[in-house]
Amino acid sequence: MNILENLRIALDNLMLNRLRALLTILGIVIGVAAVTSLISLGRGVEDYIASQFEGLGADILTVRARPPTRGFNRSAITPLTTADVAALESDAIAPSLIAVTAEYQVQGTVVYRYDSISSSIRGVSPNYAAVNDWYPLEGGFFTEQDNTAQSQIAFMGKTAIEDLFGDENYDPTGETILINDLPFTVVGIMEEQSSTFGQDPNSAILVPLLTAQSKLGNARVAGSGYSVSTIQAQIAEDGDVDTATDEIETYLLAEHGITNPDLADFSVSNPETISEARTEVFATLTLFLSAIAAISLLVGGIGVMNIMLVSVSERTREIGLRKAVGARSSDILSQFMIEALMLSLLGGAGGILLALGVTTIAGNALLSGVTPSLSADVFLLATGVCTGIGILFGLYPANRAARMQPIQALRFE
Amino acid sequence: MNDLHSPNGVPVIDIHDITKTYEMGKLTLNVLKGISLQIKRGEFVSIMGPSGSGKSTLMNILGALDQPTSGEYNLDGEDIAKLSQVDLARIRNRKIGFVFQSFNLLKRTSAQRQVELPLIYAGARDRSKRARAALEAVGLQDRLDHLPSELSGGQQQRVAIARAIVGDPSIILADEPTGNLDSKSGTEVMQIFQRLNQEQGITTVFVTHDPWIARHTQRVIMIRDGQIVADQQVAEPLVAGESERPSEAEELQGIFEAAYATPNAGAAD
Repeated sequence: MNILENLRIALDNLMLNRLRALLTILGIVIGVAAVTSLISLGRGVEDYIASQFEGLGADILTVRARPPTRGFNRSAITPLTTADVAALESDAIAPSLIAVTAEYQVQGTVVYRYDSISSSIRGVSPNYAAVNDWYPLEGGFFTEQDNTAQSQIAFMGKTAIEDLFGDENYDPTGETILINDLPFTVVGIMEEQSSTFGQDPNSAILVPLLTAQSKLGNARVAGSGYSVSTIQAQIAEDGDVDTATDEIETYLLAEHGITNPDLADFSVSNPETISEARTEVFATLTLFLSAIAAISLLVGGIGVMNIMLVSVSERTREIGLRKAVGARSSDILSQFMIEALMLSLLGGAGGILLALGVTTIAGNALLSGVTPSLSADVFLLATGVCTGIGILFGLYPANRAARMQPIQALRFE
Repeated sequence: MNDLHSPNGVPVIDIHDITKTYEMGKLTLNVLKGISLQIKRGEFVSIMGPSGSGKSTLMNILGALDQPTSGEYNLDGEDIAKLSQVDLARIRNRKIGFVFQSFNLLKRTSAQRQVELPLIYAGARDRSKRARAALEAVGLQDRLDHLPSELSGGQQQRVAIARAIVGDPSIILADEPTGNLDSKSGTEVMQIFQRLNQEQGITTVFVTHDPWIARHTQRVIMIRDGQIVADQQVAEPLVAGESERPSEAEELQGIFEAAYATPNAGAAD
């Protein structure tokens, strides 16, 4: 008795009950398609997230004030200030950092002639352009003098220009716009940047930091100069993320009088860690969804078992006859195991094909920019899982067939 | 004891003091109560007995489908009373050919493939050649690709006979092989058994309750209540097809109080 003969018997029997086999296979097809397309779409989104963070400087740490994630006193936040910026710039406090830049954001109404837009106005330090590697199309960025003089000048991104002037190719240099009723002179256009997570950096309107802090907002903090929204710190070539983060945290915890790091009222993050965290969150989500989809695979497996039990029961006399003419129990066992495996593997193959279709359509039509990654390991996983299902759900019926006594089986009506 | 009956005197089946007991809860059922018999190579034997006599149990044991509770069973020189399931499967495959009352053919399977079945489990290589030879021996050489649904009852039983002989077994066990057939087909099937027995010397054992069938065999063993009550040679075995089966009216002649007369009395049934 060889495998080929068993394959032939299994195939013959599936062909005899085509519709039944097809419906059983369908259960597996749906389960495998659901799991594999979710995994591949999930991976596609992870790749997409990772690609979005590419190009964002991995050597830049962003410091923000935020409520502590633990503890009872969640409202008392000490704001970040220009004094902190100055301190972090000193080598004594943070030797791993080579540049520190600050940003202060206010909401503003921007008016040009009869058009007005609401926009986030970003006051930035003169070294902001260098740290973020983002420069005006022509000429230089703000100078220290612009800052201390609280000059009313602004750089605009392409999107902001389009919003306000109606044409992104319009050159507004030299135009005067009103921001919160104060006149600002547009002095340049920022380079175009690709957007990240739906946030379009080209919609920015940049003004000198001190201008924003004192003229557009009220950022004065007693004894510490002005508050800032975020601090960006560039790590030196010989520094590393962990040391630099540690230096910033140690300084700010001491400055804010917090002993337990878990109660920190600020966060230090870097694009890489954000990317990793988001990817991790999404991977967990993918896993969770796949686990739910796997339930349908389980149901499909039960379908295989059900139909195999019916098949064994229907063919009791056949089993009796086969045993009477010399089939061993192991022959009968392998005959039915192969049939169950054939059902589940055909289902797996169909599921992979369906998943290919689903992910192609979903990738093209629904999630632009996301390329589903249906790789070899997903195929292997699907094949492995289907083999497992075939064995798991085929074993009981096959064993039942194999253990039949030939006399009783032959008498079965 | 039976050397005279046998063409060459070698016992194919040699059982000694076989018993079979079924435990059914607290009830113990002694189905076979010490049966000893020998069947020689080339014999054509029928085992007769009413329902519940134990003849089916005896056949199951002879066919290695079941094992005796005690006693010895030697089949073609091999002691099989205490073999494992795997070895019993091998014995059934190599040494025994079964023919059943209800044919037991596989659904939607061609005649040739039905006949190949024992050879598949034997791992034989020249399967199709041997299957075709066996089908030719039962006169079905032009029905190789027919499905059971395309064959008459007699033809289906002939396929089953071909399946029984294809592995060249030591013995053919037939359980009421004509029980499901009309008398014409039954006669044809009987002719095949007799021809195979005479021409190829195939040892054949029938299990039947039909005296008319038993009269076509060379020796009749009668069982009642788990014991052999008679074991006789048939003086002149009938040749299938040469004589008409007597009608029920003839068989029951003289048992009625009044004279039994029907309009068709004497006509063929």
